[in-house]
Amino acid sequence: MIERDQVLHVARLARLRLTDDEVDRMAGEMSKILEHVEKMSELDLDGVEPTSHVVELQNVLREDAPRGSLPRAQALDPAPDVAQGGFRVPSPGQG
Amino acid sequence: MTDLLSLNAAAQAGLMRNGELSPREAFDFWRARAEEDELGAYLWVAEAAPEDVGDLPPVAVKDLFCVEGVPSTAGSRILEGYRPPYTATSVRNLQSAGAAVLGKTNQDEFAMGSSNENSGYGPVQNPWDRSRVPGGSSGGSAAAVAAGAAPWAIGTDTGGSIRQPAALCGIVGLKPTYGAVSRYGMIAFASSLDQCGPLTRDVTDAALLFRHLVGRDRCDSTSVEYPEPVRLPSAERLDGLSFGVWGLEEEGLDRAVADVIRGTLGTIEELGGAVEEIELPSARQGIAAYYVIAPAEASANLARYDGVRYGPRSGDGDLDAMYEQTRHDGFGDEVKRRIMIGTYALSSGYYEAYYGTAQKVRTRIAEDFRAAFKAVDFVVTPTSPTVAFELGERTADPLAMYLSDYFTVPMSLAGIAAVSIPAGLCDGLPVGLQIAGPAFSESRVLDAAHALEKAIGFEGVPRA
Repeated sequence: MIERDQVLHVARLARLRLTDDEVDRMAGEMSKILEHVEKMSELDLDGVEPTSHVVELQNVLREDAPRGSLPRAQALDPAPDVAQGGFRVPSPGQG
Repeated sequence: MTDLLSLNAAAQAGLMRNGELSPREAFDFWRARAEEDELGAYLWVAEAAPEDVGDLPPVAVKDLFCVEGVPSTAGSRILEGYRPPYTATSVRNLQSAGAAVLGKTNQDEFAMGSSNENSGYGPVQNPWDRSRVPGGSSGGSAAAVAAGAAPWAIGTDTGGSIRQPAALCGIVGLKPTYGAVSRYGMIAFASSLDQCGPLTRDVTDAALLFRHLVGRDRCDSTSVEYPEPVRLPSAERLDGLSFGVWGLEEEGLDRAVADVIRGTLGTIEELGGAVEEIELPSARQGIAAYYVIAPAEASANLARYDGVRYGPRSGDGDLDAMYEQTRHDGFGDEVKRRIMIGTYALSSGYYEAYYGTAQKVRTRIAEDFRAAFKAVDFVVTPTSPTVAFELGERTADPLAMYLSDYFTVPMSLAGIAAVSIPAGLCDGLPVGLQIAGPAFSESRVLDAAHALEKAIGFEGVPRA
């Protein structure tokens, strides 16, 4: 069972504001989904190696040569607020 | 002009190459069809053919593919108004081959969903029955092709998002082997699973589009050189090929859907193929593992939507307050759910129990398929446990929605090739058959699918 305070902790980690109603609903839905996830324990996984990648690739290397990147103006263009050639954000505050 | 609606994309390309059809005329025809769409399949339609329109029919592109200067929101309000400064490699490859971008298609937000109801821009209706969902997450691409509002389309498949909507709309959908197609410029959902592929009217079109999509891309280090030229399918028989059937006795499978699939197994045998039942002992845990791995990766990929670099910004106060309010306002319910599940599964103290365990289940499922492909050439299953369901039917129950991908998720976790083709109708709604093969076996899978398609003779003409 996921409790309200766990939901609030995880939402904080995810930088996601949830309304009170959403916190309650999320607690119930997360509990139900995680209950289904417990089905994994039906398998005996002793000694099984985890798969992090399905294609057998190792050490994909490239030449360490400089190449062009997006011009600054183009990279800034979709941003909601820019100043002095950078992204402008509110003050980080006291934290 | 020839009635383009009656031709598959490959035939149209043939006419263009022979000079019997002008690419611009073809583009304008399809542009008009896309403009007339009433199903909600499109989020944006091109205004005119590009200067350099080539001799492939134009392609409808799922919204999550970045196209330079064209709205690309992945179906999310958090990217409203975003016009990327660059184009996805897969789309660029198609443009180079001669296929212009016809439009951007509606989808579940960030490809999270199986009904297209999670789009931030409204649902899509199924052209076979407008009160039903087209499937998802590539629901707009599937509906557009099925309704004749696009000659062909691309989508992405993470746990079934090409195959399931293709099945529910009565068209062909191919999920390629992981790594076959570059993911560069695809707005990411779950990076170890996402793969771009075609949604088409028939198997030949799927092969033709796939041929132009594959290739290693230096911008995606998980992409690989496709090991052989992609062949266009020609088989009409299945002699000497064996098909391992899985899943017909599964609890959630609709009996009527199972009957249609059983009929198709009979067709396989009539064509000379051998059919046997097989077991995939760990596949039943696929959904459980998937709903750890995909949300975990999504929670990391979606951290970038914070109101700084693109999309709208909301909230006042300090930086954290801005992040939290922007994400609250911009993300829909399902995306929030997955971010929460994923963040929880990756949080301190839970990582090993959830993500670590899920990655082990993934190994077991991949081993199941390796064992199966020692005994048979292909694995066949129903694509979806049910036909298209009613709009609104499953929105209140996330888990019921997740189980729509029961038969498609195992192949995604194993990274192998799988196609869905129409197998027939059940109460007037299409049923899809899934054919899976080992990694990089697309040419063989599509050849078998081609023989079956000819024998099934599915009439893909929806009501709407």
